[in-house]
Amino acid sequence: MSGWTRDEMMTIAASRLLWDGCVCFVGIGLPSAACNLARLTHAPDIVLIYESGTVGTRPSVLPLSIGDGELAETAACVVPLPEIFSYVLQAGRVDVGFLGAAQVDRYGNLNSTVIGPYESPRTRLPGAGGATEIAAHARQTFVMLKATPRSLVAQLDFRTSAGFLDGNGARGRTSMGGGGPRAVITDFGVLTPAPVSDELQLTALFADATVEEARTSVGWPLRVAESVETIAPPGPSELEILRALHARTREAHRRPVHVPA
Amino acid sequence: MKLLTLAEAVERHVADGARVALEGFTHLIPFAAGHEIVRQGRRNLHLVRMTPDLVYDQLIGMGCASRLTFSWGGNPGVGSLHRLRDAVEHGWPGPIEIDEHTHAGLAAAYCAGAARLPFGVLRGYLGTDLAQANPSIRSVECPFTGERLAAVPAMNPDVTILHAQRADRQGNVAIEGIVGAQREAAFAARSLVVTVEEIVDALPPAMNGIVLPHWIVSAVVHCPGGAYPSYAQGYYVRDNAFYQRWDAIARDRESFQAWMQRHVLDSRDHAAFLASLREAA
Repeated sequence: MSGWTRDEMMTIAASRLLWDGCVCFVGIGLPSAACNLARLTHAPDIVLIYESGTVGTRPSVLPLSIGDGELAETAACVVPLPEIFSYVLQAGRVDVGFLGAAQVDRYGNLNSTVIGPYESPRTRLPGAGGATEIAAHARQTFVMLKATPRSLVAQLDFRTSAGFLDGNGARGRTSMGGGGPRAVITDFGVLTPAPVSDELQLTALFADATVEEARTSVGWPLRVAESVETIAPPGPSELEILRALHARTREAHRRPVHVPA
Repeated sequence: MKLLTLAEAVERHVADGARVALEGFTHLIPFAAGHEIVRQGRRNLHLVRMTPDLVYDQLIGMGCASRLTFSWGGNPGVGSLHRLRDAVEHGWPGPIEIDEHTHAGLAAAYCAGAARLPFGVLRGYLGTDLAQANPSIRSVECPFTGERLAAVPAMNPDVTILHAQRADRQGNVAIEGIVGAQREAAFAARSLVVTVEEIVDALPPAMNGIVLPHWIVSAVVHCPGGAYPSYAQGYYVRDNAFYQRWDAIARDRESFQAWMQRHVLDSRDHAAFLASLREAA
């Protein structure tokens, strides 16, 4: 029995991939927690951008939406949304795009649109939002999602956002300016694209996870890198800061709001 | 200055079948106006919003819409918009036609609409199935470099409705905080209705504040609390707990209808709506 959860380990492992000073376009949910943990630990000068137009924001609690007032109040600047997508993202000024998704395939392509056929979906998901252009234009992307047989899949129901397309350099033959997924962080470890084939392979495991567990959690025959790194367990300060952030966030989101008169 | 009541503004500017954009990106969502559209029983609307949010979940669930243009249709940080899902997955309460974009694409469509250009252009929709799913996402060749670029038709709403912090007595509108694509949606529209927290003698000096000049504003409505349960920076905060509660209210058709009946249809206006929520709390 370890003293932390897999969710916590996943967030901490993801936060370690970010470096101080990097310009990071943040998706909501798991990515937002990882990016803010990085800011509160080893990367105090990370520039966090949310698609609502809040740039260089330093929220004290995690936002529930990408446009909470907290993000605007603590931002270096707040700009119109078209500016974020044209002058910042499509212009190639974002170092890291940090995304979640409902499904990821072996080449790091993402689905956040539908389960089932597009015209008559079994499950209608929220859709692309900013993800399609983040995936195309950020210099690199990190993807975070929990592994289930339905999330890491051999075949996407719908490709919302591009990873390496069909692999073997297919992405490089398009006009996408960004480099594509650098890592998929999940709740047993990290998958990264193999050279040449671009196929996601297991390159790092949490200390308490096994290759066997990874294989059974992935919906395609998972390749394992020649040497698989063991990810260091959470340091005491990482864990303390993450837990305090979540506690502040829970308290803030539960706080009753006075209905305006 | 065209100061109207909300009922007059909706009566005059929102017709059955109209293309209507209630904009505001998480912040300043014009909920009061959405509720008045429900009360007046508008039908066959073409709703346009980057993020449908709870306001369009309500309009769709109440049968006001037959078409939806959007780019992200969830309850932010919570999960699904259950009424939107029910319409798409089961055609309840009626079928809804989907015109789906990305944020960058719909932003480009608003920018083109504001400039009265025929289409917006972007380096977008790359490597996505969306371009096959939506026939209005096309491409053009750059006449200078030959690059293929994505093209989307300009978005020109019949009416755009916004909520803002302040208007002055001439009808100039100031917005601060997260502004989303509100200015583009305002300039793109044929008519523009703005609900505001306050009407003031003079707007505070802000050289770069978003000011919608009175000569593009069709009507101003004094409507305090008009963005609740979203928020108005400087006036009230987003009610995140309400957004979380909405998940259970909207999950089920009957509980949704009961909530809309009690709080929206049985309330004469927005002040009564807010009072009914305070009472229920």
